[in-house]
Amino acid sequence: MMEIGLNHFLVVGALVFLAGLFCVLTRRNAIGILMGVELILNSANINYLAFARYSSVSYDGQIFAVFVIMLAAAEAAVGLAIVLGIYQMFHTIDVDATDTLRL
Amino acid sequence: MNEFSLFPAVFYFLAAMTVVSAVGVALSNNIFYSAIALMGTLLGAAGLYVMLAADFLAVVQIFVYVGGILVLTLFAINLTSRIGDVTVSNRSLGRFPAFVLLALVGVGMMRAIGTANWHRVEVVEPVPTINRIGEAFLTTHILPFELASLVLLAALVGAVVLSRKELREGRG
Repeated sequence: MMEIGLNHFLVVGALVFLAGLFCVLTRRNAIGILMGVELILNSANINYLAFARYSSVSYDGQIFAVFVIMLAAAEAAVGLAIVLGIYQMFHTIDVDATDTLRL
Repeated sequence: MNEFSLFPAVFYFLAAMTVVSAVGVALSNNIFYSAIALMGTLLGAAGLYVMLAADFLAVVQIFVYVGGILVLTLFAINLTSRIGDVTVSNRSLGRFPAFVLLALVGVGMMRAIGTANWHRVEVVEPVPTINRIGEAFLTTHILPFELASLVLLAALVGAVVLSRKELREGRG
């Protein structure tokens, strides 16, 4: 059996990224779009850690990944608060319906 | 690594779990099932982090993503979707153009992975990383570390302000 190496992890990261991209492109539900963004951030993290393991002797990749997770948490908190605000105002979270800039 | 290592089997299991769940997130028509599939992706990715000798990151992933972000997402779904309205997610771009774009990006990325000549180092035995990461945060990376606390505080205050605005002003 082939030795598991850097490329295997990069392929996994690429596939997760593609799933996230598809999610962002095809959803109209704002929460669905946010979940696609989470998938994309996770794929970036897989790549960071794969390179930190296989092509670097330092821990900088892992430290970057910590910051990515931190920003994802902040993004989710603010994003979902905005989604709830949109729902209170428009009674839907369909991003096509919320095209009003002011009331 | 010896001849009969479990490493490839575990890797393929975790990779399949991650990718299949991610596809489930993207393709499921019910947003609730998407959120549950997202949990599979996050847990599979945490397993992959362990295989990449990032034990601290794996634990952080489970704490922050599965314990925090996913619960928040489920709350938001339950607060915004009407009961009985199961297929609230629809298509904006249409699936066919999205697939075309995906194929282009995917072929490009796979070619890049296959042909690029990455810098490689000798893979060492995994060691616990938490000491090194903690030291790095308080020495080399102290500025981004402090900025992170500021960003989190701003996000906290921002989320509270955003979700309470309607109550205070009584608009709408």
